[in-house]
Amino acid sequence: MNGIGDSPPRPDGFAKVSGAARYVDDVSLPGMWHGATLRSPHPHARIRSIHWDPAKAPDGAVCVTVADLPGPNGVQLIDDGWPILADGFTLHVAEPVALVAAPTRLAARQALAAITVDYEPLDPVLSLEQAESLSPLYQLGMDTGDVEAALARADAVIEGEYRTGHQEHIYIECNGMIAWYEDDGALTVLGSMQCPYYVHKALTHGLGLPDDKVRVRASTVGGGFGGKEDFPSAIALHAALLARACGRPVKVVYDRHEDIIGTSKRHPAVVRHRTGVTRDGRLLGLDIEILMDGGAYATLSSVVLSRALLHSFGPYRCADVRIRGRVLRTHTTPNSAFRGFGAPQVEFALERQMDRIARTLGLDPLEIRMRNAVEPGDRLPTGQVLDASTSARLCLEEAERRTGFRERWKELEEARARRSEGSDGEPLRGIGLSLYFHGAGFTGNGERKMKSPVTARILEDGRIEVLTAMTDMGQGCVAVFPQIAAAAAGILPEDVTFAEPDTAEVPDSGPTVASRTTMIVGGLIARAVAELRDRVVSGREGASVRDGWIEGPDGSRERFREAALRLRQENGPVEVTLRHEPPEWQTFDESTYSGAAYPTYAWGADVVEVEVDPDTLAVRPIQVTAVCEVGRAIHKTLCAGQIEGGTLQALGWALMEEVKMQDGRYLNDRLATYIIPTIRDSPRIDVHLLEQAWEGGPFGAKGGGELPMDGGAPAAAQAIENATGIAVTAIPATPERLLEWQRSNQTVGDAG
Amino acid sequence: MAEVESDRGGCRMTTSFLLNGQSIEAEGHPMERLLDVVREQLGLTGTKEGCGEGECGACTVLLDGEPVLSCLVPLFQCEGRRVETVEALAGRPDGPLRETLERFVATGGVQCGACTPGIVVTLAALLERNATPSREEAREALAGNLCRCTGYEGILRALLPALGPEDSKA
Repeated sequence: MNGIGDSPPRPDGFAKVSGAARYVDDVSLPGMWHGATLRSPHPHARIRSIHWDPAKAPDGAVCVTVADLPGPNGVQLIDDGWPILADGFTLHVAEPVALVAAPTRLAARQALAAITVDYEPLDPVLSLEQAESLSPLYQLGMDTGDVEAALARADAVIEGEYRTGHQEHIYIECNGMIAWYEDDGALTVLGSMQCPYYVHKALTHGLGLPDDKVRVRASTVGGGFGGKEDFPSAIALHAALLARACGRPVKVVYDRHEDIIGTSKRHPAVVRHRTGVTRDGRLLGLDIEILMDGGAYATLSSVVLSRALLHSFGPYRCADVRIRGRVLRTHTTPNSAFRGFGAPQVEFALERQMDRIARTLGLDPLEIRMRNAVEPGDRLPTGQVLDASTSARLCLEEAERRTGFRERWKELEEARARRSEGSDGEPLRGIGLSLYFHGAGFTGNGERKMKSPVTARILEDGRIEVLTAMTDMGQGCVAVFPQIAAAAAGILPEDVTFAEPDTAEVPDSGPTVASRTTMIVGGLIARAVAELRDRVVSGREGASVRDGWIEGPDGSRERFREAALRLRQENGPVEVTLRHEPPEWQTFDESTYSGAAYPTYAWGADVVEVEVDPDTLAVRPIQVTAVCEVGRAIHKTLCAGQIEGGTLQALGWALMEEVKMQDGRYLNDRLATYIIPTIRDSPRIDVHLLEQAWEGGPFGAKGGGELPMDGGAPAAAQAIENATGIAVTAIPATPERLLEWQRSNQTVGDAG
Repeated sequence: MAEVESDRGGCRMTTSFLLNGQSIEAEGHPMERLLDVVREQLGLTGTKEGCGEGECGACTVLLDGEPVLSCLVPLFQCEGRRVETVEALAGRPDGPLRETLERFVATGGVQCGACTPGIVVTLAALLERNATPSREEAREALAGNLCRCTGYEGILRALLPALGPEDSKA
């Protein structure tokens, strides 16, 4: 067997359970100092002056402000409009205004007190409502067919407005970087990140250094979820600026409080729907407006909005669609990448709208979805014709088969209707269902523009070394990549080794984001090692490679590794670099939003069961059944682990996680007050993988890391409605919110 | 933050305790966090800081065999006591937790690993007093350890062989 679908222990497993794995804060360099960041206390202010008084600081401490920057004041991402340090104005609370470095962590904090900033507070814009009339950071639109005509001929037009809140990543390892200069002026940065080459680009741009004078190395990454996609670039610049100022290695590691207030979150969103349907529940026209709170700077918001647009119509058939999306600017910390990248917000809204439509027409939640779910050969509103691995209906059917959702939902609806006023204190039971999909890989022409390379070469001991820029933030590419490489070349996992993500060694195979790692980079690895294998066996007519042996048609056998070693010794370095080229049919027109926005999609259906306390309205998820189709699972345990973890993250977002602000300042900037699910808050999560091999991915794999974030929240919201009759239009559905809706009689009875 | 500067001429004292079976004399301010002493003074970086205020459990160590949050334990409280960190409990491939740890990796109990040392220490204490915990007992014991990656399922699966049949998942 080739090992695909097996679950070998992850190679970093023992280092992680024994405490030996080295995260950035575990690294200490000789002579290293510590950095700290002076942050704006105001959401919006003019900076009249910044004064540094070294006499008040610990001996030798250094300070860096915008005046000390050697290059442009921009963190290069999509553009460089996000300042490294505030210049003249501060646009959000916790915006970096100045940096200090000192010999110890505490001395660095003390040094912050030696800086005096004279601010002139200005009026801030703090809510989407306030921002809606102002010019947006970014806007996008998409039209297919004639939505007004579709709504005009519909039997019913149903409107709804849905809201989702911030979500903080809470990777258990906070952000951190160490920077140091070598004697020749070359800079090295080591830290926690998803995208070494993003950090590299930001450093060369911001510091005016040539590519070969900047080296970026990823340490063990203690969780990412998108939160280590862009901010590491800024923190790396800060550490490098301090290292430059004090002439020593400098470590900048955020504590939890600083990480919460200072780094990105999921975009809050308002999504408005106007949907035309036939009497029997078929979608005729979707009119969708999306507003997202981008915070103070655009960072990655334009691509988040793009993905939001392309998921807002959901896994449903609809010919006439109009979508308008805007990212609005508020005086809050920039919102940016978070698992799902705009899709969870719009899929929550659409799923809630589907439930509203179903109630209006007297259909159950499964029926409305079955009647509209896409099938292979259907067209999405972008015009993309869906391929054979389009599993929306399969996921629904399997979820129904496993849970008996339809019957249970009806029983609980009837039980609710029978229930008299007042409660007997017994918990209320509810069940909810969602259908969701997620485009795998970069949106649109992203992969085509990037043409990301992967290199494979034969080492001096005959093993194959694969070089990619992907980081393992826990998802497990350290286990999956060797499985793919071994299976693709017919060799043993121990015949192949992987280089550490280090820009001095590895090519720019792109960022570790967008559910692209297994599907895109894994696919490149498979092709690159297969090409190396072909070189090793070239000239041997009819030979094949299996389990690490080259087998000739005459029955001869030779260890692959020995043949590879001989080729290396005879020919010198043997190396293959391949670039990802999307297939020709995969084109996307960014001006009309038509074409194949993604090479393929992953699919899922969730059934969530909850208990609601009738007196406090506290919601407890009891059981989740997640049926997902992500192509073939390379490593079943890790693949299921992505879905389990993503599902719980979705339930946290749906039920309890809430960033509270007042006047632009955080009210709950710590883990005592920003609450994520503990093991006691967590339901049983049963994951069922429907494995449909997708021909475009390595051994049939698609991307799956973000998919589970899309389904948990709408299913939980529907379950709460099923239990209580309270119409859930916004998340998090905290007891306080549910009580408010109950008191204002926002119930499913009048939702239609 | 309870972090206290130790070289500022303030109060300093020597605290003697048993760390992973060895006698240690740690110099420092009596209110210095055990977490910092262990990580920075003694170089045992397996113990992680996740929140610095006793909410996440990443810094869990054993104090006289009981799991405690080392970010909340001042150095002076360790005088004459027994401190064990993940390195001693899980650092040896032949240690008593070996089977549990192998299962922990095999069942997907580890993803990013930042919460893992704290969870391993908590499990060591749980299994010491109860070799066959029920699912509910395991959930109770782990209630103070946050994990953001696994949804906790892989962690519970690692304990399944120790769970009674009525607790096993269908």
